[in-house]
Amino acid sequence: MADRDERRFAEVSRESVKLMAESAGAELGDDVAALLAEDVCYRLREATQSSSQFMRHAKRRKLTVEDFNRALRWSNVEAVCGYGAQDALPFRPAKEGELFFIEDRDINLVELALATNIPKGCAETMVRVNVSYLDGKGNLEPQGTVPSAVQSLSDDLLKYYQQITRAILGEDPHLMKVALLDLQSNSKIAALLPYFVYVISGVKSVSHDLEQLNRLLHMVKSLVQNPYLYLGSYVRSLVSSVMYCILEPLAASINPLNDHWTLRDYAALLLTGLYHQILLSLQKVLSDPVRPLCSHYGAVVGSTLWGGRCAVERVLFPHLPAYWANLQAVLDDYSVSNAQVKADGHKVYGAILVAVERLLKMKALSQPADGGSSGQPGSAVGVVGYRVSSPGLSPPPEPLSEAALGIASHLQAGGAGCPWEEWTPVPLPAMYCELYSFFGDSLAVRFSTGPGFGSYPPCPPSQLGDARKEPCGPASNPDTARKMPQLTANLNISPRQDGSPRTDPPPPSLASTGPGRSLARSSSSSSSSSSVQRSKSSLSRSGQRPAGPSRDVFPKARFTSPQTGLPTTFAPTPPVPAVPPRAYAHKLPVIGRVGKPVRRWACSHYSLHLPL
Amino acid sequence: MAAVQGGLVDAVEEKDIKTEPSSDGIGNNNANDGGPLSASPSSSASAGSNKSSAGAPEDQQTLLAVLQFLKKNKLTESVDILRREAGLPEDSLDLKGGDSSGLLSCHHHLVLNAHLTETFSPTAAGEDQPDVNVVLSAYSQQGDPKLYPVYYSGLKRFIESVLDCHRAELSQVFYPLFVHMYLELVYNNYESEAKAFFEKYTGDQECYYEDDLRILSSLSKREHMRGNETLLDFRTSKFVLRISRDSYQLLKRHLQERQNNQIWNIIQEHLYIDIFDGMPRSKSQIDAMSGSLAGEGKREANKAKVYYGLLKEPEIELPLDDEDEEAENEEGKPKKKKPKKDSMGSKSKKQDPHAPSQTRIPLPELKDSDKLDKIMYMKEATKRIRLGPDNLPSICFYSFLNAYQGLTAVDFTDDSSLIAGGFADSTVRVWSVTPKKLRKVKSAADLNLIDKESDDVLERIMDEKTASESKILYGHSGPVYGISFSPDRNYLLSSSEDGTVRLWSLQTFTCLVGYKGHNYPVWDTHFSPHGYYFISGGHDRVARLWATDHYQPLRMFSGHLADITCTRFHPNSNYVATGSSDRTIRLWDVLNGNCVRIFTGHKGPIHALAFSPNGKFLASGATDGRVLLWDIGNGMMFGELKGHTDSIYSLRFSRDGEILASGSMDNTVRLWDALKAFDDLETDDFTAATGHVHLQDNSQELLLGTYVSKSTPVIHLHFTRRNLLLAAGSYNP
Repeated sequence: MADRDERRFAEVSRESVKLMAESAGAELGDDVAALLAEDVCYRLREATQSSSQFMRHAKRRKLTVEDFNRALRWSNVEAVCGYGAQDALPFRPAKEGELFFIEDRDINLVELALATNIPKGCAETMVRVNVSYLDGKGNLEPQGTVPSAVQSLSDDLLKYYQQITRAILGEDPHLMKVALLDLQSNSKIAALLPYFVYVISGVKSVSHDLEQLNRLLHMVKSLVQNPYLYLGSYVRSLVSSVMYCILEPLAASINPLNDHWTLRDYAALLLTGLYHQILLSLQKVLSDPVRPLCSHYGAVVGSTLWGGRCAVERVLFPHLPAYWANLQAVLDDYSVSNAQVKADGHKVYGAILVAVERLLKMKALSQPADGGSSGQPGSAVGVVGYRVSSPGLSPPPEPLSEAALGIASHLQAGGAGCPWEEWTPVPLPAMYCELYSFFGDSLAVRFSTGPGFGSYPPCPPSQLGDARKEPCGPASNPDTARKMPQLTANLNISPRQDGSPRTDPPPPSLASTGPGRSLARSSSSSSSSSSVQRSKSSLSRSGQRPAGPSRDVFPKARFTSPQTGLPTTFAPTPPVPAVPPRAYAHKLPVIGRVGKPVRRWACSHYSLHLPL
Repeated sequence: MAAVQGGLVDAVEEKDIKTEPSSDGIGNNNANDGGPLSASPSSSASAGSNKSSAGAPEDQQTLLAVLQFLKKNKLTESVDILRREAGLPEDSLDLKGGDSSGLLSCHHHLVLNAHLTETFSPTAAGEDQPDVNVVLSAYSQQGDPKLYPVYYSGLKRFIESVLDCHRAELSQVFYPLFVHMYLELVYNNYESEAKAFFEKYTGDQECYYEDDLRILSSLSKREHMRGNETLLDFRTSKFVLRISRDSYQLLKRHLQERQNNQIWNIIQEHLYIDIFDGMPRSKSQIDAMSGSLAGEGKREANKAKVYYGLLKEPEIELPLDDEDEEAENEEGKPKKKKPKKDSMGSKSKKQDPHAPSQTRIPLPELKDSDKLDKIMYMKEATKRIRLGPDNLPSICFYSFLNAYQGLTAVDFTDDSSLIAGGFADSTVRVWSVTPKKLRKVKSAADLNLIDKESDDVLERIMDEKTASESKILYGHSGPVYGISFSPDRNYLLSSSEDGTVRLWSLQTFTCLVGYKGHNYPVWDTHFSPHGYYFISGGHDRVARLWATDHYQPLRMFSGHLADITCTRFHPNSNYVATGSSDRTIRLWDVLNGNCVRIFTGHKGPIHALAFSPNGKFLASGATDGRVLLWDIGNGMMFGELKGHTDSIYSLRFSRDGEILASGSMDNTVRLWDALKAFDDLETDDFTAATGHVHLQDNSQELLLGTYVSKSTPVIHLHFTRRNLLLAAGSYNP
């Protein structure tokens, strides 16, 4: 008869009651224990019953310890303390025998009270409103974005996220390694990126814990190295987190025993990895013909001024042949409606010219310095060097470049899979050659008269002797003669050039260098036309031509976008605010500890990519 | 106040009646109960007279009990007076005792009972809770409990064998019989028999009694019964059944033939059978109305006239005509304007015969600011969107973010300018929904410096330094379960687990009054739509009507058998509705404190109530996920809206009553075509007279839309004055 109850309710057995009595120092007879057990069960059920009322009125589905305690208090029973924590209590089996218990660790209250890591105040409770349904119909684009983003996470992703963060921040080093490896290679975690970024932004709250900092930095590394992730605007947040580790007097460094130096080294290294990411995003913009010219301008200027030589060389240069055709088409179109676009086009043209000039200048400058090594893949050293020294154009400090060498190679290896790594430096002469084919005289003019070049004369001829053999080889007289026709020809065959920009220009012959350079100088005097003038003249010339295939290429790419159903408003900026996740975090409720809307605009961005 | 007193007196008397017989003479008591009851099965089949014949001895019994009480307390004069008035003989008490002994000898069952009682009486006398024991002692007189399964299964066999049309009706008897038999077994310490009995027949009971049965099954000791309020309720209140005359006679004849006195006794003692003439009801009809803790409401309970019409709106001229603006108040208005106003009033009253008189409940006078607000309201109303099935409202969702402490209640002001939340951490938070920030009034010292003659004095008294988007009100010491803004937006009410209702000023953002009276958690509170009055209800099962300037309640509405879970004022302020965990809804008259309607049909605690704007209808939502629609005029259910999959916590009619919105724990808002539901309402006399409902299952037709929130339970809904639907809840990741 008691069996039925056992199935229905929690049952406290007679033995348990006896045991409890014993532990309290009382001996109980069997019958007394049985009576007590039964009564205890009943009271338990009664309390549970009434506690559910508190749950219902609190409009919850989950019965909490607090509800139960309220029920106890109202029935004049002492409340049970110590179980109010939100987290589930670990329920463990004892090794010997079928005994299960709730793990109850000792807490050092003194330590807790004197702990330096005072938890930050909880985010403020607030009310946010969004129009969920307009005239009874759902908004296609939810304005709150909050919950939709959260909802878009599937359960599996959520679980993955929890497992990964737990593994990385947990105790087990082996687990951590596995997690980091997976983070590095998993191709399906784009949606979780903001969450991870947010976790990483937690460096500021664990600055006392070197171990955690390290783990978070490792996480950064894995994210950066994951070839399937496009960090996009999250780079900024990552950079700030890493910078924090580099620059801040961490709480952990108070203790001289902590090896925070390694941490700083490591963080600094990571920064170079992020540098690549930024370049990558610049490149993405530039290679996206749907974006307006002003974006392109930004990408060009960004890579010039921020990225230094390497950026221009890697971002701009490889794309130039393809891009040039597009730009040319814009510049050629001088219909009234195009006036604005054309003006923008000139801006971009100017920016590219400046960038290219600088590139050439720097390349020439560095030629003697790292001449031999320029062909080696480890040129990331140069990246570091220029990144640091770009403001003053001073040579990179020695120790840094030394130290960076080993690290850089490791980063390079990690970044495998990025299209990035296929890049190999183009020798100066070939580059000049190619650039000259685009810019013609205006390039030469600027090159020769640039202010930077004036400081260059110390370059000893002896060093140049062998270096100059390489640069400007093909930029010889016959080339000059060929130049103008080539421009037009270039236009005509531009589609083909798109496909293989690199192979198209004939390989530069290692001819004499001296004439090339002198030619550049001499041509500077021959023409004083500004770049605009030049382009104008070339435009007027090409305008007489019947429109070649190249003419519609760019316009098509730019102006057919509305026809294909893309909103014209897309281009200005994607709706994702470039707010770092932290700024979001206090506005949003979080999953686990992390809140950040996921917008997969990166993906949509890809899908909008029109082939030229 | 009068009503409160009356109610209390009634209660006391009732208690006395019950106390008397058992504490004084057990044998007497036995006879009183047993005599008439055991007589009825043996009497002829003329059941028509049954009720009256049962009524007369009851009255007499009451009188005797009162007499005994008076005697015991040495109130001899009163005894004499009462005796004279009632026409009772001097020795009526003794005489009654003699009668009973005679009866006892006639019925051997009762002899057995007497023995049983005697064996239990010593223990009963020793108990320290006399009232409860009295209540429970009624169980001690029944026959051999071992035979209960036999009786029960006998009845079951009989009911299964009757004609289909009667079976559904008679099946209603099963549940109360089952419960009482089980309780008797438990009370008489037949623990194992009780368990076996429960085991055997629990499967037969309707699924909607599941919750109660669970409580019941957890109880297996007599000691447990004492503290269990649910069972006390069951015991003290009669379970009401509505059965057609034919079915009832069938049952009675059967019990007579079998000499089945145990069952008959239980039916007589613990059941109230409301007999009606006409066709027996079908199973679905019965199921629609049953489910409450104490059966259906009696038909008489819903007979009282309810003035559900709206009060006449005060006349406010939109143009700036000061004279007319003065003229709208019912009381204390200048004499010269009275005739004009009265004529207007009577005119509009003719249009609505169901409206109470303007002065039935004294209402506060309108202040200038109220008039301005009314003007605003009218202006807004002209811009209101006409809703309908083809023109659904837009929904704005107010999400409470970072509400880790637990959001328990939400309210909007009528003009949707403020939103307040009650939280489980005992705080109340108020937010401004408009760009206008919340400001406190300056301190007294600063107020002295203000030029009181200036035109913008109301602006000057505000302290600009305190402007903020939200304010937190501290004062409660338990979760805040109910919250309500005053119509003039000057006050906020909050009710809490700590047993108090607090009144907060929204000018100073401080607590003004703590209303103490409920000594248990107060689950809900609601301001009258005219201000000044408010209603609160809680765990103590009593709803209290308060006025803001009285620290004690003006009315106490008692009658619910379990916690009052939600309270709501009628739009005309003359009535309040309360929903309870006993799964009934009661409508109370504010004027006299009477319960004027009992609505049964929900199968779970009721957590949401909403009056239609015209005051005619009431919608209720419960944990069973159903919305029921009630016609207040005739007390009938006329609609059942099924669709929600979890508890309904909010209900609201659109401003013109065309749309009913319901919000639930299942994270959805559903919109229902209220107009269609009202139109379908059939009002033929037969239905109204018998109280039978014929519900079509047309939920799907009435459902206009289901709107899913993003894992946010909808705990409050509000229509703005222009019919934009606002929903609120806290985001639960």
